[in-house]
Amino acid sequence: MLLRLAPAATLAVLAGPVVLGLAFTLLPAFGFLPALGGTDFSLDGWRMLFAAPGFATALALTVGTGLATTLLALILAAGLFAAAAHRPGMARLRRLIVPLLASPPSGVALGFAFLAMPSGWLVRLLSPWATGWQVPPAGLVTVGDPLGASLVAALLLKEVPYLALMLFAASATVPVERLTAAARALGRGPATAWAMVVFPRLYRQVRLPVFAVLAFSMSVVDVAIIVGPGNPPPLAVLATRWFQGYDLALYYPAAAAATLQFLLVVIAILLWLAFERPIAALHRRWLARGSRSRVPGTAAEVAGALAGLLIVLGLLSLLAMLIWSFAGSWRFPAALPDHWQLALWRDEAGGAAALAGTSAGIGLAAVAIALVLTLACLENEQRHGLHPGAAVLWLIYLPLIVPQIAFLFGVQVLLIHAGLDGTPAAVVWAHLVFVLPFVFLSLADAYRALDPRYAMTAAAMGAGRWRVFLMVKLPLLARPILVAAAVGFAVSIAQYLPTLFAGAGRVATLTTEAVTLSSGGDRRILGLVAVLQTALPLAAYGLALAVPFLAFRRFRGMA
Amino acid sequence: MSGDPAAAGALVLAGVSIASRDGRHLVDRLDLTVPPGIVATVMGPSGIGKSTLLAYVAGFIDRRAFAAEGRVMIGHERIDTLPAEARHVGILFQDPVLFPHLSVAGNLLFGLPRGRWRNRAERRARVSEALEQAGLAGFEDRDPATLSGGQKARVSLLRTLLAEPRALLLDEPFGKLDAALRADVRAFVFAHARERGLPALLVTHDAEDGEAAGGPVVALAGPGVRPPSG
Repeated sequence: MLLRLAPAATLAVLAGPVVLGLAFTLLPAFGFLPALGGTDFSLDGWRMLFAAPGFATALALTVGTGLATTLLALILAAGLFAAAAHRPGMARLRRLIVPLLASPPSGVALGFAFLAMPSGWLVRLLSPWATGWQVPPAGLVTVGDPLGASLVAALLLKEVPYLALMLFAASATVPVERLTAAARALGRGPATAWAMVVFPRLYRQVRLPVFAVLAFSMSVVDVAIIVGPGNPPPLAVLATRWFQGYDLALYYPAAAAATLQFLLVVIAILLWLAFERPIAALHRRWLARGSRSRVPGTAAEVAGALAGLLIVLGLLSLLAMLIWSFAGSWRFPAALPDHWQLALWRDEAGGAAALAGTSAGIGLAAVAIALVLTLACLENEQRHGLHPGAAVLWLIYLPLIVPQIAFLFGVQVLLIHAGLDGTPAAVVWAHLVFVLPFVFLSLADAYRALDPRYAMTAAAMGAGRWRVFLMVKLPLLARPILVAAAVGFAVSIAQYLPTLFAGAGRVATLTTEAVTLSSGGDRRILGLVAVLQTALPLAAYGLALAVPFLAFRRFRGMA
Repeated sequence: MSGDPAAAGALVLAGVSIASRDGRHLVDRLDLTVPPGIVATVMGPSGIGKSTLLAYVAGFIDRRAFAAEGRVMIGHERIDTLPAEARHVGILFQDPVLFPHLSVAGNLLFGLPRGRWRNRAERRARVSEALEQAGLAGFEDRDPATLSGGQKARVSLLRTLLAEPRALLLDEPFGKLDAALRADVRAFVFAHARERGLPALLVTHDAEDGEAAGGPVVALAGPGVRPPSG
């Protein structure tokens, strides 16, 4: 039966490219790349990498920005919860972060660049009344600062909402109210109570997402190209430059850099795990001491306020790109354009539509395959009463935890061998590797939680398993299925490296175009591309909510 | 008993044993014959495995959580080897479990055997007739979420009966109804089972349900205790 093959097929789609890709990145790192005549073991790639100008700085940037982003994102997201969990605005906050969750990291980074750069919105809002600047300050370095602070900030705009969402999902499984009530009865403030008793429980459940954030922040390429330091850039950007360059001899150090990137992420995760125990012990000692200090509560409130500020900045970033796409002339230090125009959208409609069409086509194809595989796995699980364990969850997270750069080069090598590089099928598959985990993770809980008595009742009336699946389960799960599809679609729209590598540079999507234009392109065209980057996934979310609402509007039980 | 009640379409359980995988014996070699038109009752406190017994009869038992054996027959036909959808054993749960995405008529049409009424108009007529007989005339297009508790329970039973089951399983179907409604719905369900000559197996923790059923009563007392045969 075909359904029984679903888990194996899913595993092959996910783990196959990761494992094979890693292997075929590792081989060139040690001199083996037969296509270029590399047939002997050699450490030249590593020597070239270590001797590259700025290598040590690149290394420090990779580790520093990655760890800083992850730590800050976790603290801020947790602070947001500690400060807001007991306040009524929490549900509204959840809707507010949807645009940030939907838009690609590169789109948010473009908007952030416009906020933070010396001629950007933040300086404009303060000029000239507060700063006295009539022209953009020349000496001020903000975007692309050598320490990577703006890179961390741009990443936080995406990662704080993401971890907040994960905490939202996890807190549904923990009796938050009961736990905090107990601690509050002992005289703790609400934020302190949350940090004392709820967070440790939630942390266990968001650990894999935290590792995904760590791996992503350490190895992100598109955001680093847009707002990160350029000379030297972080390791993953360095490797991408070498892979994409015309000098084929640089493939060897590039493969070595990609391999090193993988090792760095593994080491960082191990380090993180090593620090968990002592921190948990400190936490226990804090609880045991029974301290009534107000400091932790205040710290949580401050972190929460910062997270709130970050969300506002993120939304402003998206708004900034929208304004730019309609801006005529926009002199410094005016806060809004002097003239508005529609000409850009009219003139660029053809090109933009082509880019959006390609992006949406790839996304829809990847999402369709991901949905079929996910539903097949979940249905197979129910028919055979399977309860997949933690190992399966790690496998699903595998593509999100192994850095993209570490296996995409190997994937490209294999695609070239198979003559598939640059084909739409290759790009769709490369996207699928990242779309599938998100679709699976966002659908699995709802699928497993569906009251089994619906299916039993239907079967008792003589309905076969396929009829039950099609006529009962699918309609009852229409909303979570479509939301999972929208999540997957947003993930696909965001992909930069997979498009670049599997597409052999010949497939242009909104995201590859945004990154290409980011270095010195017309800011208005950039605004237009970034707006579309956010609009497509947002439209998908809108449809995912509207379609079931309209289809079942007659039925109150479906609300 | 004289004659062979099995031949007339009785529900027969022969040597049915169920144990959970952690080693608890829930049901130990249960023999029970429920003749057509009779409602037999399995009594016992909650958590004792009553619902698991019905799950075994209906074909839904979770084989990873329970080890179960023994024959289940309707008349002379053995059904415990068949998939749930081929057993034609209707089941009613504590909740009406109406499909929330279908109208009342949609719910009732779901189970109507497709071989018998092929024609759409005939199928709808059959549904309308059943609703009318149950005092629910004109409810075809209603959203099940807007029905009262008693109406939902009636629609739920009608849906099960329209699927033309050969036996009826009742998994505490009156447990959530308030006292006044309870007697009413109970009488409705039992009357339909008798009228159609269906063997019915009721599980409940409420002795009153068992008395009202009027058939044999089996007590599931717990681990290791062998219940008397019916």
